[in-house]
Amino acid sequence: MENQNKITFSRRNFIRTSALASGGLLIGFNFFSSCKEAAVPPVDISQLNFKDFNAFIKIADNGYVTIYSPNPEIGQGVKTSMPMIIAEELDVPWEHVSVEQGALDTKNFQRQVAGGSQSIRFGWDALRQTGATARQMLVNAAAAKWGVDASNCSVSNGIITNLNGEAFNYGDVVDEAANLEVPENVSLKNPEDYKIIGKNATNVDMDKIITGQPLFGLDYVADNMKYVSVARPPAFGQKVKSFDASEAKTIGGVSDVIQFGDKLAVLATNTWAAMKGQKALKVEWVDDSNLENTDLHDQELNKILDSEGLDVRREDGNIKKAFAEADKIIERTYESPFLPHNCMEPMNFYANVTEEKVHLVGPIQTPAGTAMRIANLIERDPEDIHLEMTRMGGGFGRRLYGDFALEAAEISNLVKQPVKVVFSREDDMAAGIYRPAIKYRIKAAIRDGKVTGYHLKEAAINSNMYGLIPNFFPAGAIQNYKVESGNYKSNITTGAWRAPYTNFLAFAEQSFFDELAEAIDIDPVKLRLDLLANVKDGEDESIEYSAERMTNTIKLATEKSNWRNTDKGIFQGFAAYYSHNTHVAEVVDLSMSNGIPKIEKVTVAVDCGIVVNPTGARNQIEGGVIDGLGHAMYGDFSFKNGRPQDVNFNTYRLIRIKEAPIVETFFVDNQLSPTGLGEPGLPPAGGALANAIKAATGQILLKQPFTKEMQQRKTDITI
Amino acid sequence: MATYNLKINGKSLEVSADSDTPLLWVLRDELKLVGTKYGCGIGQCGACTVHLDGIAVRSCSVTASSLESSNITTIEGLAKEKLHPVQEAWKEIDVPQCGYCQTGQIMTASSFLSRNPNPDQDAIRNAMQGNICRCGTYNRIEKAVALAAKKLS
Ligand code: FES
Ligand code: FES
Repeated sequence: MENQNKITFSRRNFIRTSALASGGLLIGFNFFSSCKEAAVPPVDISQLNFKDFNAFIKIADNGYVTIYSPNPEIGQGVKTSMPMIIAEELDVPWEHVSVEQGALDTKNFQRQVAGGSQSIRFGWDALRQTGATARQMLVNAAAAKWGVDASNCSVSNGIITNLNGEAFNYGDVVDEAANLEVPENVSLKNPEDYKIIGKNATNVDMDKIITGQPLFGLDYVADNMKYVSVARPPAFGQKVKSFDASEAKTIGGVSDVIQFGDKLAVLATNTWAAMKGQKALKVEWVDDSNLENTDLHDQELNKILDSEGLDVRREDGNIKKAFAEADKIIERTYESPFLPHNCMEPMNFYANVTEEKVHLVGPIQTPAGTAMRIANLIERDPEDIHLEMTRMGGGFGRRLYGDFALEAAEISNLVKQPVKVVFSREDDMAAGIYRPAIKYRIKAAIRDGKVTGYHLKEAAINSNMYGLIPNFFPAGAIQNYKVESGNYKSNITTGAWRAPYTNFLAFAEQSFFDELAEAIDIDPVKLRLDLLANVKDGEDESIEYSAERMTNTIKLATEKSNWRNTDKGIFQGFAAYYSHNTHVAEVVDLSMSNGIPKIEKVTVAVDCGIVVNPTGARNQIEGGVIDGLGHAMYGDFSFKNGRPQDVNFNTYRLIRIKEAPIVETFFVDNQLSPTGLGEPGLPPAGGALANAIKAATGQILLKQPFTKEMQQRKTDITI
Repeated sequence: MATYNLKINGKSLEVSADSDTPLLWVLRDELKLVGTKYGCGIGQCGACTVHLDGIAVRSCSVTASSLESSNITTIEGLAKEKLHPVQEAWKEIDVPQCGYCQTGQIMTASSFLSRNPNPDQDAIRNAMQGNICRCGTYNRIEKAVALAAKKLS
């Protein structure tokens, strides 16, 4: 039967060119081959229309190139690395390339999402094809101009030459290229010939960042815009009963207070007045549903762990039998709290809803989905919605949720004015969409010095690990294996947080493996390698990781860290984890002084395929590791009567420079397609640290944050 | 609402604000100098750091009305004809990720180095301890401050 949905990957369908009125060539393209066949890019750059293409390359008549990058930048560096891939195949000097953020087509493109570390993985083929096609088009134009065969022309650094030694700059042939057919069969470069990919490229927004130019959502202003501070129910489970805004309205600059749903919006001429206005509101909040406490969550999650008949997520072999026949059984329960994202730039969004259109500007990881939700919310045609993305002061998953953009649109729709909703830090932490509290119970059977059974139960608030995770290591490596999950529905909002689920699951499993190794009496790294040796890549298609790649990654980490061969006084902890298609292994080096452990260094080995931009890639890994250590050490967030107990950095502790160890990153050298880096560095960090603490002190840590657990046991730790 | 005369980045500017308005919001909303960032509003994160007479200060925690006699420098005024050596170092080390905290980091670092031109690692870490980077660029911040110190000497 013919597959109706099969899409032919035709360059004609995903690339269009046109001459620019201002001189030069504009190439519109779409990575995901979903563009309309008839689409034509505009001839006037000011009319860039993202309806049909989600990215553009402009080649000016001096040969300089501007790439309008389609992916929003949250700090993972894709605004630099994705254009590097195009520029590589286009074969232009990187210094001649500038990069701008593209606007959004809300309708046609699904994957304009920064999250899941997947941007590079999805873009790799399409970006190379696009660059190569553009290059071939320019070569064809030059060949036609010279009257020679294109195969007799060569390109390097934006210069096309022929056999007679004549040369054209790309800019010399842009007009001709605009009139040519888009070539169909272009060849891609051999990775050995890469001149841009694999070389360090500084963040393309560097100068603007370090000189403080407006880049972020919070920096955006429009004429007559009102700054809005929103009072939301202080506890999950409450709603507004009545309010008195008279005092708030006496504050200079406050222009209006309105209610929308269960929230109140204070409109003002500046942020400070809006924030003061919010504080001056007298609101009576009443309970609408249960006001939950952390203790309740604790009990509910324990109940789930103790119960039978959870959702079976993967089952291999017969774990019952494995446990019945075991020489030894180990069981542990690991616990983690809720966590707020705490993006450095608090949530904010601009909206101007008018009769003609809906103009939205701000930092958002899911522009297309959010635009659709806004269209539904305020009952507008999606065609009316025009959403511009700004640079984002961090995402970590929080900006996948458009709640703040919806608020802005709803308020603007009510007051018929341009507004910008600005969260204070307190608003941001108290109205979160948190990483849910989770517990894992892991039980393993050991027989004749081998791990013969493995049973993992997950109990989480609101939702459970996504479908692929049960197929991560050690699935496939242990014959009798079972993963089950269950959840407790809470009225506290939860969602994705950098490396969802694996950010804590990796700690639980990696600490557990250390205990298993001890029980079997082998080196913990050896235990992993032995288990990986049981897995033949490709044999079981459902298995997510590659045993071979993981093995190589582990070997690189142990070699670079001098595993178990370090100076006296250094205690090491190991963890390895696959997530987001990338394999990572980490070794924490810890020293003890006066009974206090201190992290000296973290050695990281990463297999993410081809490293497009090494400096950017290292930055992601350093950040991921430090983030993972910081939250494992300090991240603590609890609820009392539905209220978050911490709302600012005076009581909510984030890792700071003195606690951050040196992170040394090494990449496995291969020529496989690149995979993501924004998240995979984080998951192993907590486990590697816990294992190092165990090596140094003998203490087994089962609960995050570690500082709290260690304090309760009257030890202190600094990192 | 009252009117104040502030000296910012070498220019005399008249601003009107309520007397309790933190300098941060006068800079951002009134003067559109948005390089100074808001992160916490309570002096905990350092995103809002500016210089008052060369000293790094959290602009969320001082009122504009109290500063009529100070020389205020914001990130927009740090580079003179060319980038400040701290900015140069930030660029060379490729420090930023999301970039949001970085102007505050640079303002803290530049004030620190003007008084402590030869810092060791501990001194750098102590000086930068008040600036949070949620993206975790601390390794690079440390390297960039050390490099800037070299550039300045
Ligand atoms: S905003 Fe001033 S220190 Fe955080
Ligand atoms: S670079 Fe993102 S907070 Fe520092």
